Amino acid sequence: MVRKLFTPLVVLTAAMFAYAPIAIANAPYESTMLLVQKIFYFHLATWMALAVAVSVCAVGSAMYLFKGHEGADRVAFAAAELAVVYCTFGLISGSLWGRKAWGVWWQWDAKLTMAFMLEMIFLGYLIVRKYGGPGSEKLSAAMGIFGAATAPFIYKSADWWRTIHPQTSVMKTLGKNAPPMWNVVWFCGTAFVLLFLVLLALRVGLEERRAELDRLYLEAEA
Amino acid sequence: MKLLRCAAIAMMALMLSAPAGWASQPQPPPATDGFVAANDLPPTEQLPAGPFVVGAYSCFLVLMVGYAWSIARRLNTVEKEMRTLEQRQSRGSSTR
Repeated sequence: MVRKLFTPLVVLTAAMFAYAPIAIANAPYESTMLLVQKIFYFHLATWMALAVAVSVCAVGSAMYLFKGHEGADRVAFAAAELAVVYCTFGLISGSLWGRKAWGVWWQWDAKLTMAFMLEMIFLGYLIVRKYGGPGSEKLSAAMGIFGAATAPFIYKSADWWRTIHPQTSVMKTLGKNAPPMWNVVWFCGTAFVLLFLVLLALRVGLEERRAELDRLYLEAEA
Repeated sequence: MKLLRCAAIAMMALMLSAPAGWASQPQPPPATDGFVAANDLPPTEQLPAGPFVVGAYSCFLVLMVGYAWSIARRLNTVEKEMRTLEQRQSRGSSTR
């Protein structure tokens, strides 16, 4: 099923990413930030895909911890690695935007600091997984669940605390104020989530091959 | 009494003229909540933000290509190791 869907998914994702720059270039300019606001289309889309990645990691980790499902653990591990990749790009693109919009590369405010902590938690997940030795799968699964639990707080932090980051009301009013911008946001968001699925399938495939290799080594030793 | 009547007339005149006065004052722009699309972009605004936008999109491209390459490299290593192991196993079974 996954193998059958993989090629159409790759083609669709590639087509969407080929069209994305045209859609972004044709989207209207925002009245106060002007050109630099164009970063927003990939920046927000990254965080959308990251939300999907940490959710997949949490569900996979929970399935492994409570049901002992090894396939779910492989999916959670792959999603955690992708969460690190997406979070890295989210922080870099946000920093580039902030330099122009706020005049600083970085600000230790609630939202930015919590996003940085999320990156640290998932980097910790990968380090535990690589160097933790036997049993590290369960420890990293717990880290994946707690890491994912911070994601809603990061999303709402701009509303709850005083930060320089735009509030979530931007998304609520964008569809009403500027429908062409809204359409491009969702187009890019969908493209990023599809790219996440493609990379997840590849990464899970790698983990399955590694599991197969381990099984072969065990058979050779027996 | 005359003074009181004068004050009442002045008060009434003031109350009647106030809305007209307020209306003639320039109104502040309506409050906006969120992004508002601008139709005309001043050319001076295009250049300074350009490197940041290009940098962000280039960074995404580099990161994704790098990550895909890293998966391919790791997959290659695992496949090579599997082939070596299979060869070793088949050699071992033929010598027994």
